[in-house]
Amino acid sequence: MYRYDEVDYRIVRERVEQFRDQTRRFLAGELSEDEFRPLRLMNGLYIQRHAPMLRIAIPYGHLASRQLRKLAHIARTYDKGYGHFTTRQNMQFNWPALERVPDILAELAEVEMHAIQTSGNCVRNTTTDAFAGVAADELIDPRPYCEIIRQWSTLHPEFAFLPRKFKIAVSGSVEDRAATLVHDVGLHVVRNADGEVGFKVIVGGGLGRTPMVGEVIREFLPTHHILTYLDAILRVYNRYGRRDNKYKARIKILVKALTPQGFAAKVEDEWLHLKDGPATLRDVDVAHYASFFNDPAYETRAANPEGFAAKLAEDRAFARWVEHNTRTHKQPGYRSVVLSLKKTGVPPGDITAEQMEAVADWSERFGFGEIRVAHEQNVILPDVKESDLYEVWQLARSQGFATPNVGLLTDIICCPGGDFCSLANARSIPVAEAIQRKFDDLDYLHDLGEIDCNFSGCMNACGHHHIGNIGILGVDKNGEEWYQITLGGSQGNHTAIGKVIGPSFAQADVPLAFEKIMNLYVEQRQDGERFIETVRRIGLEPFKERVYAKHH
Amino acid sequence: MRSIIKDGQVVTDSWTVLRPDEAGQLPEVASERDVVVPFAIWKAEPAMWQNRAGQVAVWLAPDDEPAELATHLASFPLVAVDFPAFTDGRGYSIGRLLRERYRYQGELRALGDVWQDLVHYLWQVGFNSFEIKEGKNLEDALKGFGTFSERYHSTWREPEPLFRRRNSRHENVA
Ligand code: HEM
Ligand code: SF4
Repeated sequence: MYRYDEVDYRIVRERVEQFRDQTRRFLAGELSEDEFRPLRLMNGLYIQRHAPMLRIAIPYGHLASRQLRKLAHIARTYDKGYGHFTTRQNMQFNWPALERVPDILAELAEVEMHAIQTSGNCVRNTTTDAFAGVAADELIDPRPYCEIIRQWSTLHPEFAFLPRKFKIAVSGSVEDRAATLVHDVGLHVVRNADGEVGFKVIVGGGLGRTPMVGEVIREFLPTHHILTYLDAILRVYNRYGRRDNKYKARIKILVKALTPQGFAAKVEDEWLHLKDGPATLRDVDVAHYASFFNDPAYETRAANPEGFAAKLAEDRAFARWVEHNTRTHKQPGYRSVVLSLKKTGVPPGDITAEQMEAVADWSERFGFGEIRVAHEQNVILPDVKESDLYEVWQLARSQGFATPNVGLLTDIICCPGGDFCSLANARSIPVAEAIQRKFDDLDYLHDLGEIDCNFSGCMNACGHHHIGNIGILGVDKNGEEWYQITLGGSQGNHTAIGKVIGPSFAQADVPLAFEKIMNLYVEQRQDGERFIETVRRIGLEPFKERVYAKHH
Repeated sequence: MRSIIKDGQVVTDSWTVLRPDEAGQLPEVASERDVVVPFAIWKAEPAMWQNRAGQVAVWLAPDDEPAELATHLASFPLVAVDFPAFTDGRGYSIGRLLRERYRYQGELRALGDVWQDLVHYLWQVGFNSFEIKEGKNLEDALKGFGTFSERYHSTWREPEPLFRRRNSRHENVA
């Protein structure tokens, strides 16, 4: 993991002092509401329905055990004893007091954490594959580049006041698990004809009210040019992105207006002047950052050791959990464990202080003190020996983390919705729960197989509903909460935006509509086809007929 | 005369910034006064501005194109960039372009919604003088320069980014 040196510490501490002074001046009336708002947003502080909401950066989803313990401490001391993991690998606290936020930031700085640029019209936390460094299909480890980008984006003097927020995702593996096609900039690793590794540069993807899949503006960018190229992209966006209408201010609108070719030409022109400048990475620079992400001291082990194989054979519930909630690892004899934060009755992504501490303990006892946050709002123990899995499973069960539903219909990605968010059209948490209850039969759930279900409480799309195989969007009809269902969305290498199946549903009717959709899928699927594959093959029409038919 | 911040000090300043009124007219000023003229107005009739007794400088709006100014830059003792709202960050890119691409050496001034929390960034991208917004304290604004003692990036002030300086340090130790 990356470790701060004296300079990183100093920058974060100076930022805390700056924010403390800004808060003081605001409370003393020296900064107006309009002046303070952008300043506090740049430090992750929203004013929400009930209280301020503080978003803390978890750079590219990486946490050390001592950092998670600190988050537990903050949850207990400054909040109501729990936190919420977001789809951008961050943590949100829903109840801190404004006056105490500087103290929270000071506590975070002790463990090399911050809330810098977790909101506001600036470059946000860079996200990546939650399995970076342990995935078997990785071409390069994206984490050194994520850290290089984190430092480049932190307090960048040219890009502090962009037209709108700006999100960068990096994927280092063949299968894109970082949703690079729906970010403002996506960097997806590729190998060119000479076998050299670089990035494909994707620009202008995004969800929100105008969902778009990004466009490739450069097929191959050698890795040492990433910062100068990002500077060029950001400069074109900073200068020409729309500022007259915040709904048209994202880079995707500019890319569309200029056409991807036109946009690419402007970037290349800008880059000519920046290329090979001092921000070019040398091998020694990359090596410095890569040295923080060397493999931990794995033991040499055989895959599928005896005791593990025996437990799998005799305990069906354990086998089921291993099948769904663990992932193969590049190191034989190890697996990554996904702790499900999607237990029925608990808001997706929520985690209590006790649970955080338990995870921190396990990460030390069974791993190397590292934890990952997945954008699906689950928590990952990346390096667990197969011989320890049975014990980890029992512990996970004791803390409510072992629902064997990772990647299945009830592993719902869900925004906070109307219970917390003042922009919401509808509540999301109770409806997600109603769906989880409807599909609580594990045999049936497992038979349905992999299904991404994503839920947003309004068109801002914090829950990524557009790229759910089945998506739900909260809409407002004359002051009442209604829900639109979309089908056919997907993330990864085949990213697609889902399509609305028809008129929206009242809250109570959503689970029934889900049931009809799933019944049709089960009837129609051909030899082991996944839900999304069936939807792609037969199209939306049969689903529409089934869901809106009078007699079913 | 008003006070501004220049190179980290509060100084009095003799320039008058001319802003067009609603009808697009500039206010009348005596020919011997030093004036900062909107770039769009200056470029319509550059020769006319030559004949004044006082000095002439230009200010750029966020959507002005600094490239158009490039060949004239050497003749200006001062170039200013307007920030109509502090949240409009286009002027930061203009600053870097003027300094880094067009090699402007003279005084570069930030006008408009400029105060304490912004001067640090503005200084990094090349501004060296600041007309602080009406109602904001100049002494407070001075404090803004010291907010951060280090930064990660390649900037006009310090082209070597931290990652390069870090690794030279390592090399020295090794
Ligand atoms: C509770 C307070 C929140 C507020 C006020 C809020 C507000 C917004 C707004 C206005 C947008 C749309 C911006 C645009 O399209 O330009 C947005 C997008 C987004 N939010 Fe939130 N959000 C909140 C919480 C969350 C949470 C809890 C998550 C994660 C679960 C989240 C994840 C996202 C993501 C991933 C997007 C990006 C969609 C895209 O543009 O590609 N937000 N948010
Ligand atoms: S999608 Fe809408 S309701 Fe949900 S968190 Fe985002 S802004 Fe709030």
